[in-house]
Amino acid sequence: MATATRSIPDPAALRRRGRFNPGDAILYGVTLGAALSALVLLILIAREILADAWPAMKEFGLGFLTSTTWEPTRDIYGAGAFLFGTALTSFAALLLAAPISIAIALFLTELAPRWLRGPVGALVEMLASVPSVVLGLWGILVMGPWIVEHVGPFLHRTLGWTPFFKTEPVAGPSILSAILILTIMMVPIISSICRELFLNVPRELKEGALALGATRWELVRGVIFPYARAGIAAAMILGLGRAVGEAIAVTQVIGNNEAITWNLFDPGDTLASRIASSYVGATSKMQISALVYLAVILLAFSLVVNLVARVIVQRVTARQEGRA
Amino acid sequence: MSDLTLTAKSLTSEHRRRRRIVNWLMEGLATLAALAAVALLVIVVASVAKRGAGALDLDFFTKTPSFLGFGQEKSGIANAIVGTFIIVGLAILMALPAGVLAAIYLNEFAPKRVASAMTVAFDVLNGVPAIVIGIFVFVFLVAGHGQAGIKGAFALAILMLPLVTRSTQEVLALVPNAVREASLALGAPRWRTTLNVVLPMAVGGIITGATLATARVAGETAPLLFTSSLAGNTVSWNPTEPMASIPFFIFTAAEQADPSLQEQAWGAALVLIMFVLIASIVARAFGLRSRRRLTGGR
Repeated sequence: MATATRSIPDPAALRRRGRFNPGDAILYGVTLGAALSALVLLILIAREILADAWPAMKEFGLGFLTSTTWEPTRDIYGAGAFLFGTALTSFAALLLAAPISIAIALFLTELAPRWLRGPVGALVEMLASVPSVVLGLWGILVMGPWIVEHVGPFLHRTLGWTPFFKTEPVAGPSILSAILILTIMMVPIISSICRELFLNVPRELKEGALALGATRWELVRGVIFPYARAGIAAAMILGLGRAVGEAIAVTQVIGNNEAITWNLFDPGDTLASRIASSYVGATSKMQISALVYLAVILLAFSLVVNLVARVIVQRVTARQEGRA
Repeated sequence: MSDLTLTAKSLTSEHRRRRRIVNWLMEGLATLAALAAVALLVIVVASVAKRGAGALDLDFFTKTPSFLGFGQEKSGIANAIVGTFIIVGLAILMALPAGVLAAIYLNEFAPKRVASAMTVAFDVLNGVPAIVIGIFVFVFLVAGHGQAGIKGAFALAILMLPLVTRSTQEVLALVPNAVREASLALGAPRWRTTLNVVLPMAVGGIITGATLATARVAGETAPLLFTSSLAGNTVSWNPTEPMASIPFFIFTAAEQADPSLQEQAWGAALVLIMFVLIASIVARAFGLRSRRRLTGGR
């Protein structure tokens, strides 16, 4: 349709031609206001949170990020253990989720018979719609005991020499549970982005590789991965952002323990999980302020994650459009 | 890309066999990964259904929880059901009009550059963790004033807004420009064209997007922890007081030692997961149909 690309005159042009309509002005104003709401909310969120975190920021400064003391009884707070826990759980989950997600995306775009792609893709995405509190409930009452009885002893026997599985697994919350739950949450996100990426690889490139006698795996390694590399990185960053911000499911399974430990059978804690678990009992002004300080770190991280992912995607699309 | 270069070595049958085995292995692993993800969904849903089905009876939907558990007779989650119903309803009332109007501006009025710049704000808002939104509403509205169902609804609405906006934007972009031009050519002003011609064509897709967004936020606990968690144990229809909710009930009941409360947590999880899954399946099917109609089957 050739006409589909022609633009409609904007209100300013209509006004110049004397066809201005007050209804247009009203709709324009109202919708503009709604469109600005996201920006306004973002500014408001940043301002309010910074203002309430200020007492703790002034009191503890940047040392808050490294100090591992979190003692409400003495009103001394530090986020070091939670930062460590957040980094450990998120990166470990990413390490597990990234290959699985990429494999699923490859299955859905290259391997599965056409009739199977839609249903399987929808089921994988449905995994993302399981509410985190339900996943957490399943995590403590079903997956946790299963880890302790079956997976844990095996990991301890085979990988007990590493710092990660040093002790025998004990019943109860653990960092490992949190990592697995976060992996389950990341997989549908990363795989659905990767699927889009792989679908966008030009047909000529794929057919060229196959015509040269490449096997399907060589096609993936030689053509699809190089083509989608930057996009895969963006997908992983977005998945990481999701894992870092997840509060409920993590707090249900991780055990809320402020200690730095590499042993995945131990309980631990993350930034978001500590905020969630403190919803009752945060009484002193300084404790609330310290919790809001944790939220400041999460907010800053989520902004960075989204902007970095966006820059990557923009650069990729610019390059691909330039090539086309 | 040395794998693709054709050398004399790659023609030997030994090498060819290795390539085929590697390929076969990788294909197997990819299939296994997809299978595992689907199996996991089935396992989670099945174990919730198995443990939760026993809790579902009439009392479950009509009575309120007993956290004391002194051999009291059957209890239920009526207050949480009512609370979730009202909180989510209010969130829809706040987020749906704002999101649709914002999408109208972005798709119908804004110049391309302005629209893409403003869309960034919605994407960034979409990436803000739910717990941070909860803390924001806490320091902004709750601290010093007390919790309320409507404040929880506001937090959920912030989560919904970017979802509704982005999905509406996508549908509006599918409405052919010829339709707008035809309406304008007949002398209809821009606002009538938008509200009476473009919007009705997109309404199916908008409802789909709104349903998916509702399913997503109905299961959120994090925004409610600090805004609507100190609810009483009775059914309350008043959103200016803190209200119970299904996700929050699951969150607290899961940590109780009392097995009958744990069973109720499973029951509530079953209700929640059923709602979320059915809503997203129906919305997807419906959305596919209305999208097909909009694009003429393409």
